[in-house]
Amino acid sequence: MGVEGIGARVTRKEDKRFLTGKGRYTDDMTVPGMKYACFVRSPYAHARITGIDPSAAREMSGVIDVLDGKQLQADGIGNLICGWMIHSKDGSPMKMGAWRPLAVDTVRYVGDAVAIVVADSYLEARDAAEAVAVDYDELPAVTEAIAAMADGAPQLHPEAPGNLIFDWELGDGAAADQAIASAAHVIEIEIHNNRLSPNPMEPRATLGIYDAAEDHYTCYTTSQNPHVARLVMSAFYNVAPENKLRVIAPDVGGGFGSKIYIYPEEIVCLWASKKTGVPVKWTSDRTEAFLTDAHGRDHVSTAKMAFDSEQRITALKVETVANLGAYMSLFSSAVPTYLYATLLSGQYAIPAIHANVRTVYTNTVPVDAYRGAGRPEATYLLERTIETAARELGVSPAELRRKNFIRSFPYQTPVIMNYDAGDYEASLTAAMEAADWAGFSARRADAESRGKKRGIGMSCYIEACGIAPSAAVGSLGAGVGLWESAEVRVNAVGTIEVLTGSHSHGQGHETTFAQLVAERLGVSIDSVNIVHGDTDKVQMGMGTYGSRSGAVGMSAVVKALDKVEAKAKKIAAHMMEADESDIVVENGELKVAGTDKTVPWFQVALAAYTAHNLPGGMEPGLKETAFYDPANFTFPAGCYIAEVEVDPETGKTDIVQFVAADDFGNIINPLIVEGQVHGGLAQGIGQALLEEVRYDPESGQLLTASYMDYAMPRADDLPSFKLSHQNTACPSNPLGIKGCGEAGAIGSPPALMNAITDAIGNNSLTMPATPMKVWQALQSAH
Amino acid sequence: MAKVTLTVNGRTVSGECDDRMLLVHFIREKLGLTGTHVGCDTTQCGTCVIHMNGRSVKSCSLLAVQASGAEITTIEGIAAQGELHPVQAAFKEHHGLQCGFCTPGMVMTAVDMIGRHGGQLDEATVRHELEGNICRCTGYQNIVAAVLAANQQMHGATRQAAE
Repeated sequence: MGVEGIGARVTRKEDKRFLTGKGRYTDDMTVPGMKYACFVRSPYAHARITGIDPSAAREMSGVIDVLDGKQLQADGIGNLICGWMIHSKDGSPMKMGAWRPLAVDTVRYVGDAVAIVVADSYLEARDAAEAVAVDYDELPAVTEAIAAMADGAPQLHPEAPGNLIFDWELGDGAAADQAIASAAHVIEIEIHNNRLSPNPMEPRATLGIYDAAEDHYTCYTTSQNPHVARLVMSAFYNVAPENKLRVIAPDVGGGFGSKIYIYPEEIVCLWASKKTGVPVKWTSDRTEAFLTDAHGRDHVSTAKMAFDSEQRITALKVETVANLGAYMSLFSSAVPTYLYATLLSGQYAIPAIHANVRTVYTNTVPVDAYRGAGRPEATYLLERTIETAARELGVSPAELRRKNFIRSFPYQTPVIMNYDAGDYEASLTAAMEAADWAGFSARRADAESRGKKRGIGMSCYIEACGIAPSAAVGSLGAGVGLWESAEVRVNAVGTIEVLTGSHSHGQGHETTFAQLVAERLGVSIDSVNIVHGDTDKVQMGMGTYGSRSGAVGMSAVVKALDKVEAKAKKIAAHMMEADESDIVVENGELKVAGTDKTVPWFQVALAAYTAHNLPGGMEPGLKETAFYDPANFTFPAGCYIAEVEVDPETGKTDIVQFVAADDFGNIINPLIVEGQVHGGLAQGIGQALLEEVRYDPESGQLLTASYMDYAMPRADDLPSFKLSHQNTACPSNPLGIKGCGEAGAIGSPPALMNAITDAIGNNSLTMPATPMKVWQALQSAH
Repeated sequence: MAKVTLTVNGRTVSGECDDRMLLVHFIREKLGLTGTHVGCDTTQCGTCVIHMNGRSVKSCSLLAVQASGAEITTIEGIAAQGELHPVQAAFKEHHGLQCGFCTPGMVMTAVDMIGRHGGQLDEATVRHELEGNICRCTGYQNIVAAVLAANQQMHGATRQAAE
């Protein structure tokens, strides 16, 4: 490892612009003639639109135009789609209801867009939006998944009778039933996974620019995957052919999944720019973000876990109902299926697993992937269940887990996944030592003497990152391939540009991707620039989500570097009259091994471009492209331990310590990996203690539509975390990387809930464990 | 329309704006200083924190006209001649930022916090003082570390100079 290479704790190249206010986010963009958009949104959760009268709004100061869904439809703009086909167990395809970018006859959630106003200033656009007269016939609404399946429930889409989108299963139900029937012990539990709002601090924004002379569109947008946005807007929404549509995702202020999807606003602003002849910018405010950004989680499940007399798990059977909201968002169908049920084996050898998942429409904002996406739901279910089992069987939670750990690899689970490497015992042991598990009873006694209730809880999670390979996900219903592309462009003076289809919105790619190049070529990270986020610069890419940028994106860079290095070696061998196989790359030089003959990297680059003396038949230049399609998912895993003190007078929970022991495979930059874990833990702890999206079940109004009502974790809600790593290299990609972006959010909620329920002696507590709920649970525990 | 004149980062500037325009929008749209951000509608998130007459304030909670005549410092104004301010340098050193969106507000809050406490800062105080700044990326741990490190550096340096 060099001082800047793989494994080095280097500070980030991109920091200076953010620290000095020079970041360039979408809302910071201005172009000549730019105007501002405000959307007219439904105030009802469910209603028929009987008329739209924009005449008063059109007369108002600064208003350029008011456009509605009928006009959009007349111009041939298509409906939004879900890109992952799931079939029900009876073989029928999922029931996708029409999602129009601007509602035409029916609105299905509070915030559903109905019209767009374009005006000289945002304030004028907003005033005029309030003056657009929309007549609604209100319909009954339903916001909860179980209620939406009931007889007589309001029906959202004619395509989906009973609001059922699909009824899907995975695993061997008969084998699971048989194991349960013959089990020594069966643990049964009901699990709620609370609905969350992702809340990246930068609200979504988009700037649509239509150039009539070229018949060309440019879309600045807050996207985690601009190439996918272009593909979908071109192929499905009929905005423009790909060669006439440039999508740029500049600095993006966090995503956490919510900026994967293509939303109505991008499409409508591009179309409105053509209709009005001016560039159109829209920026969400925070209430709009709560109303319209895809939410996460929202599962209700029951689990049965069977044990033999030796306390080995013999079966797991799960029934889950997932709320997908009013429309099917881009990857919504994959989250409660292939990103969820496939992880139900966790770290344990379970011979029989069966999951049945029903997804339903409700009058709420669409639900899609949010940090972890399906894997937090699986982990929460499994880790709450095994903890409950330990309590009921009278065995320590660590011992029960140890007894059931998978210990040899590769390991084929009964639910598709083939785990390639791991050492679960190592993380469990390290976490217990770091947390001084052995000293807990003394700390509990001390807390008791102070009138506090102290509890400790663990969670052993596994997740799957870098969803792949493309052929496999295609066979499971994915509408896209899940590879990544890279181009390594060596300039004539030896500096390097790496073009990647991954997108950085906080992950630090400008530093870590440069570290990879530094490691391989021995050049300084300052001589390497990372280019991303612009469909005109980078040919194609799948973007950043699912902790895939290291495992998949950087592996593509490795492949391109292999090609660059091979060509550079040929040139160097020719320059030094040596054999190509004797050339090694070291410290920015190409050397003939075992001699003192060297040629600096920049001279090889220059030789490639002057082309005065290249090996016979070689093309000039030094630039290579690669596409990398992984052989398998990666499987990060670890053990988290939370210790809490509950004040029985108020029900308030204090986290007194939080330990995270993770296996992420090889690490490029520990500083950045630690930051990713901290952030994931904060979001997981937020889910467990603070956060919940609440709708009024009668009216369908969103009750948590601001930071006054939705409790975001703040600095004094969180402890400092103790981290450690027990890494096993991932054999499925050239860098041995597993991914670290989501682990914290996946592993922490069950650890915390296991600790709180341990403290209060009541296992029925649901997330978020607010002081009121904890206090109530304490009263019923007495 | 109102005319607003104020001093921003040491320069006197003026501009016409709607009476109802918030100071943050005046800074972003009229002055083109886009380092000050807007992350919520309810004065909760702190991405818009600036210094007004030497105190940190949320620029979304003032009308531009209320700031007329004031001395304003924004994130663009605290680094001297291309060198990072010690707080900015500490954020970089301790990886106190990821997506960067909350960062300008965090830095402006931290500079004010360190100034007010005269070197007497500990983790609990920093966490309490960061109540009004929300970060969704970092889990705050590295922000707290950065503020404490900058505090030590700035007050350590002051003490050294005095000795």
